Amino acid sequence: MRLTLPPLFVINLKRRHLLERIWRVVFRSSTVIGIIFLSLLLYNITNQSFGYVAEETKIDPDSLSVNGVPLKQLTVLELRDILAKNISSGRLRQLDRENPLLKMSNTEIYNLVWAEVVKPEIKASWSLYDSVFNKKKVFMEVAIKFPKAELKFISWINPVFLSSSQSSDPLKAGIRTAILGTLWTVFLTLIIAFPLGVGAAIYLEEYADDNRINRIIQTNINNLAGVPSIIYGMLGLAIFVRALEPITSGTIFGFSTPQSANGRTILSAGLTLAVLVLPLIIINAQEAIRSVSNSIRQASYGIGATKWQTVWSHVLPGAIPGILTGSILAISRAIGETAPLVVIGAATYITFDPNNIFSKFTSLPIQIYQWTARPQAEFRNLAAAAILVLLAILLSLNGVAIYFRNRYRK
Amino acid sequence: MSLLKKRRIGEGLIQAFLYFCGIFSIFTTIGIVYEIGKEALLFFFNPDVSIWKFLTGLKWQPQGGEFGILPLVNATLMTTFFAMLIALPLGLSIAIYLSEYASSRLRSIVKPVLEVLAGIPTVVYGYFALSLMTPLLRKIFGDDVVNIYNTASAGLVMGILILPLISSMAEDALTAIPLSLREAAYGLGATKLETALKVVLPAALSGLAAAFIVGISRAIGETMIVALAAGAGPNFTFNPFKGAETMTGHIVRISGGDISYDSIDYNSLFAIGLLLFIITLGLNIISQRIVRRFREIQE
Repeated sequence: MRLTLPPLFVINLKRRHLLERIWRVVFRSSTVIGIIFLSLLLYNITNQSFGYVAEETKIDPDSLSVNGVPLKQLTVLELRDILAKNISSGRLRQLDRENPLLKMSNTEIYNLVWAEVVKPEIKASWSLYDSVFNKKKVFMEVAIKFPKAELKFISWINPVFLSSSQSSDPLKAGIRTAILGTLWTVFLTLIIAFPLGVGAAIYLEEYADDNRINRIIQTNINNLAGVPSIIYGMLGLAIFVRALEPITSGTIFGFSTPQSANGRTILSAGLTLAVLVLPLIIINAQEAIRSVSNSIRQASYGIGATKWQTVWSHVLPGAIPGILTGSILAISRAIGETAPLVVIGAATYITFDPNNIFSKFTSLPIQIYQWTARPQAEFRNLAAAAILVLLAILLSLNGVAIYFRNRYRK
Repeated sequence: MSLLKKRRIGEGLIQAFLYFCGIFSIFTTIGIVYEIGKEALLFFFNPDVSIWKFLTGLKWQPQGGEFGILPLVNATLMTTFFAMLIALPLGLSIAIYLSEYASSRLRSIVKPVLEVLAGIPTVVYGYFALSLMTPLLRKIFGDDVVNIYNTASAGLVMGILILPLISSMAEDALTAIPLSLREAAYGLGATKLETALKVVLPAALSGLAAAFIVGISRAIGETMIVALAAGAGPNFTFNPFKGAETMTGHIVRISGGDISYDSIDYNSLFAIGLLLFIITLGLNIISQRIVRRFREIQE
């Protein structure tokens, strides 16, 4: 016998099912939108990292060839003559003093001629999308606006970009000092924050009784994790850069190179970032330690081990994958952190490599910030290229973290 | 017996070190409160400054001796508003979809994507705002309406930044609701949507509220996006297409330049920082309270 449903119920049911379908689409498309955002972001950055540039030279390199021999195949002497002919004698003497011209190799002096005489300059740049799909428009634009310019397709990430230091010329600017600065600071951050963070986690999980002080410590750590990073920057500025200046600038240890800069050093940055990531490391490590089963501890006590022996030989080995994963994630946060470093006064324009912890420094995100803030389009391209490098570093770190997590998960 | 009596100096030293590690975070908090409070007090005790004017003034012009924080606060609220406009509905929808509708396979794809989105440094989002969102807004509303630097663009991109945070916190809250509640609803003939919206959502409400509050706190403290895209220069305006500097943006711009210590400019930054610290800390504490209560009800 078929059940007959009242008509109102049937109408209602249809309406309810329609609503169900509509909302399901809404929920699903929100999720899709989230994924679209990520793809847009990546597209945007890749789009700016490659593309056509219109390069104009002050002097056509072909006109410099001697007796039909192209510039590249000339001898050192001939190249030197070209230099002498085209730049002022004062500048020539200055260059000679910096680096004797006649002792240079062919490529060195060739590069010098290129930089001093030919002087290539980027007049305009186009995105990857335009370079691929609107080629005609790009060619037309160049023909009209920059008739003398040569159109070249370049990747903004290239060996020169990775290996040279900051420069005001977008063709020569690179991220070498920024990468070194990032490595120095993050290394310092790690060796300061890791032992402190893991120590605090061990204390809270293994040693602390449930009393008032320990509860305050725990709440305090949770609160610190939510403090905006810029506040840590101000803390770093007030304490590490100003109050502890004799230590962080290295003068107390007899360091007074021209490179040190009133406490605005790698050491200050490392300390600031260490304080910043400490709560994250503690919280992650606590979780890892908590996940070690209690029976292991009791077995260890049962055969007469002391508290520390138990922790060191039985709890930590089980917790270490989790601790490492959490620490790697915290470190990748430190690598991408920009605001606190700007506040403590990272240098924005340095051309030498940092060589000790009392050096001035810049870092990859700061370089990106600087280039993005400039109005010229070429610097946007540089920023995009630097972002690709930064994201590559972060993604590989995350990959390592996931690898650890999966490998040790039973 | 002799083993028990054996003095273990190493053990004691280690314990002392661990205790120091634990207590270190308290030092950090004291450091923040003391240093920022000290400099802020120096600012407030300056004869040119009055707290009343600081809190109600409509102009922030350190050169002119005018320190009214409202333009900065207003810009912060505007960017936060736009951020939540994006992040709240989208984040909630994603959370509902993942916890109620999605298969576990789909979840294992979407969640890492969101994690990646959450792991991208904020300066990258700033770049994104300036090179994609702003041109997009200008194309839609016209170049003469939308300035190059504007709070809308910064806020919208900030919403994308906060999206993963809200969706993952909200999803945690939703999945924490016991299955029996859902099964009871299905048993009564409710559709999936009715179960999600009328049974699961109200039960998880406090967890969702906590996610919402943490999102706001994050948006208020967010710096690089607004420093790059929202504009340089305090500006009291309610027009989202005009540039206006936020509290964090101002701190970054001023401290990034050459600033002399012990000047009133320097101290004023710490007054802004103190306000920022109080607001975000307050919001975080509220959200933790809510979460704790939520957990107690769950158990």
